[in-house]
Amino acid sequence: MTHSVLVVDDEPNIVLSLEFLMKQANYDVRVARDGEAALAEIEQAPPDLVLLDAMLPKRDGFDVCQAIRADPALNGVRIIMLTAKGREVEREKGLALGADDYITKPFSTRDVLERVKDFLGEPDEA
Amino acid sequence: MLQGWIIVLVSLAYLCFLFAIASYGDRRADQGRSLIANPYIYALSIAVYCTSWTFYGSVGRAASSGVGFLPIYLGPTLMFICGWFVLRKIIRISKVNKITSIADFIASRYGKSPLLGGLVAVIAVIGIMPYISLQLKAISTSFSVLVQYPEIVMPQDLGSAPLLQDTALYAALIMAAFSVLFGTRHIDASEHHEGMVAAIAFESVVKLLAFLAVGVFVTFLVYDGFGDVFSQAAAVPALTRLFSIEAAGGYGSWISLMILAMAAIICLPRQFQVAVVENVDERHLRKAVWLFPLYLFLINIFVLPIAFGGLLLFPDGGVDADTFVLTLPMAERQEGLALFVFIGGLSAATGMIIVATIAISTMVSNDLVMPVLLRVGRLHLSEREDLTGLLLAIRRGTILIVLLLGYLYARLIGESYALVTIGLVSFAAAAQFCPAIIGGIFWKGASRAGAAAGMSAGFLVWAYTLLLPSFARSGWLPAAFLEEGPFGIDLLKPYELFGLTGLDPISHALFWSMFANIGLLVGVSLLTRQSLVERAQAVLFVDVFRRTEDQARIWRATASVRDLQGLLARFVGQQRASSAFSRYARRHGQKLDVQAPADTALVRFTERQLAGAIGAASARIMVASVVKEELLDIDQVMAILDEASQVIEYSRRLEEKSAQLEATSRELRAANERLKDLDRMKDDFVSTVSHELRTPLTSIRSFSEILFDNPDLDADQKKEFLKIVISESERLTRLINDVLDMAKMEADQLDWYMAETDARAVIDQALAATHSLLQRDRPIALETDLPTRLPSVHADADRLTQVIVNLLSNAVKFCDPERGRIGITAGLRDGLLQVEVWDNGPGVPEADQERIFEKFQQAGHILTDKPQGTGLGLPICRQIIKHFGGTIWVESVPGRGARFSFTVPLAEAGEAAVSASAE
Repeated sequence: MTHSVLVVDDEPNIVLSLEFLMKQANYDVRVARDGEAALAEIEQAPPDLVLLDAMLPKRDGFDVCQAIRADPALNGVRIIMLTAKGREVEREKGLALGADDYITKPFSTRDVLERVKDFLGEPDEA
Repeated sequence: MLQGWIIVLVSLAYLCFLFAIASYGDRRADQGRSLIANPYIYALSIAVYCTSWTFYGSVGRAASSGVGFLPIYLGPTLMFICGWFVLRKIIRISKVNKITSIADFIASRYGKSPLLGGLVAVIAVIGIMPYISLQLKAISTSFSVLVQYPEIVMPQDLGSAPLLQDTALYAALIMAAFSVLFGTRHIDASEHHEGMVAAIAFESVVKLLAFLAVGVFVTFLVYDGFGDVFSQAAAVPALTRLFSIEAAGGYGSWISLMILAMAAIICLPRQFQVAVVENVDERHLRKAVWLFPLYLFLINIFVLPIAFGGLLLFPDGGVDADTFVLTLPMAERQEGLALFVFIGGLSAATGMIIVATIAISTMVSNDLVMPVLLRVGRLHLSEREDLTGLLLAIRRGTILIVLLLGYLYARLIGESYALVTIGLVSFAAAAQFCPAIIGGIFWKGASRAGAAAGMSAGFLVWAYTLLLPSFARSGWLPAAFLEEGPFGIDLLKPYELFGLTGLDPISHALFWSMFANIGLLVGVSLLTRQSLVERAQAVLFVDVFRRTEDQARIWRATASVRDLQGLLARFVGQQRASSAFSRYARRHGQKLDVQAPADTALVRFTERQLAGAIGAASARIMVASVVKEELLDIDQVMAILDEASQVIEYSRRLEEKSAQLEATSRELRAANERLKDLDRMKDDFVSTVSHELRTPLTSIRSFSEILFDNPDLDADQKKEFLKIVISESERLTRLINDVLDMAKMEADQLDWYMAETDARAVIDQALAATHSLLQRDRPIALETDLPTRLPSVHADADRLTQVIVNLLSNAVKFCDPERGRIGITAGLRDGLLQVEVWDNGPGVPEADQERIFEKFQQAGHILTDKPQGTGLGLPICRQIIKHFGGTIWVESVPGRGARFSFTVPLAEAGEAAVSASAE
């Protein structure tokens, strides 16, 4: 079974690179460019993992994270937050709101992939 | 037939009888069995208020103005019934401080100021002149009328009689003799004049009985009761006028007369004398509060019937209404009654004259002459053994002078005024004391300077608006003074000062004098600072009911008991001094050793005793002279005073300091808040820049790694990813440049190349630089509205280009994503070049229109919502335009696009070109 990943970011180029990486690793990838779109995607079909940027238009990443954790039906959704603001408080805030991990931009592509795999296991080779 | 000598004989006999009463009263007082220690005598003595003005003048007034005579009696009635607490306070203060006169009272209240006491004495002497003259005029007129019995002949003009045949002169001299006998008989000048009070009370009974006798005679024997008199009067058309309030001068006049009378019952020196100084027991006031008004009521019952009776009986106006009380019995051939009336009138006049002159002589000697004499070192007065003789001589001289002044006034003013009008002039003078007294006992802040300024000004206004006009009316000053004002100055007309018209002279004078008096008292008091003694006395007076023990005065002298006793003896006599000291010793259970130093309490006791004899101001000087022998003590006193004033000064400074501190700490708090805000903004900025740097960096690193890890990607994909790396690198470069520019501009380290710059060329260059933006993504329509030639501006060409490029690329970024339209216009406005760049995007909300130009403020949502910007473009534009000397702003209706405008000053050549083309 293919794990699904939702990439949420407002920078087109970053979305493009993450999408490429996840696809290459054989995950099922979907994309959202703002907080509201992300919540809509999740509601439609909960992904196994969300790569969630913190600074988003309309509803920011922390908001989205909180909303996911508030819904018991979404308990299984893993959340990795991405942020370009390198401050420690942001990291604490993200983890406190229920994020499973926290990655600071700019990130190493290999590192991101490692962490995703840590949560979801090796994607099926199929 | 009443012979002149019979009248004179009866009069003298009556006066001698009065004197006998006074002697008896004094003897009883010496024996300690006071004749006057009861409230009825006290109330009757206050009735000295009813002078011959009341006795003859009320009827005269009623005959011309109906009930117009009443306010003079309603005022005191109101004062006693409603304002008794004022009187009680004055009495208590006077007892505690051994006050001897109204001048002493005011001087004492305002820091024992000799100046103020003297001022009051002067005002009293001048102010009393018309009043004394009124009494003399009444005596001589009534005598002249009575001596013609049974004929009724009006006397000649007072002023026209030869001096030696003028009865008023003899009246004045006889009155002076009796006043001296009554008031200054005693060697001791300090204690109450108990005999005088007894005689005055007796006189009050006589004048009341005489007036009631005429009243009953006219009302019930000549006519048939009140109803008959009034109905007969009402039947005469000429008299019906008198039943209305208009005849009485209207309400305004009523009210001012009432106020005047209220003030007079306290402030007239003789009223102060009988009601306050001669009061032996404060509790007597409680009965007097209704007894005195009752007396006023009784003496007024028959005023209207007598007035109407006189008017009905002498309809042709040949008889002066002021004499009706006398002429009515004469017309009815009631010889005995007429004589009784004359004695009643004499009673009224002598009562007033005796009390007034005694009061004034005390004032003049204690507060005017003695302080001056004591200060003249050449006379060595303070070392003389016995001063009682000198004191009495001064007082006797004063009595004579006051009476002669009154006579002089009567002779000068002559017949120009009715009795009542003359009396009111005196009332208005006495009323000048009122603000200082009332202010002094209820307001601690009233200061000596304020009282002196207020009283002097009030007195001057009084003299100008009432005293001088009375001379003018009698022909001693040119009549033009009244009608045209001095030197023809309209505004200074004494009856219409500063154009105030519509008031009778008395109300007019009352208004202006009180305006000046109260205004200056309050104003100057608020502006000046009180001295220590003043403040101490103010507390003593205002808080008299709070503490009767005199703690405020600070004599810390160690003069010996003998010194003090010697000092007291010089003024009150050896016997009284030693009895006072043994009384003190008994009361305090001490045995006084004459050699021993006196304690503070004994010094204060001596000062108070002395104050009773010579007034507070003089007493202070005298005690000081004894204490002066001990230099150390004066130093101590000064040290105490100094210390106290330092403490006050120190606490005042502390107050100021603490206010300053509070203000400073408020400022600090505000500055701190501002700093915190700035710090938060700085954090936001750092975090925003960090975000802006990391974002392109993220893309660059990601794609670089992807390319590195996947060498087998197809060529197209490789090319696409490389293109992203390149464009993100460019974005990074731009951002770094912006941040550096901003930093340099803020630190003022940027190199500027200011020169005459062709605006049109700059705009064209900016358009060329942004041309690719329009083509690259969606097609965007550009509308340019530019004149072919624009004046040159004073600017750095590269920086100006940067501003326009920035605005154009913003416009491209934010214009409508589907059908984007942007535009640029330029032209002259108000001597500046104005360039505008607009778009049809979402616009800028009003709340953000200023903030988007602020470096720290643009962090946050603007970047979040519009993620393509560096966020530094507009702040940099503002910095540049500011440097050029122009302004930049945005106008926008949200949803309908935005229009960014900026101005740049023209170069000199550009300005010249503009003015040339304008010509």
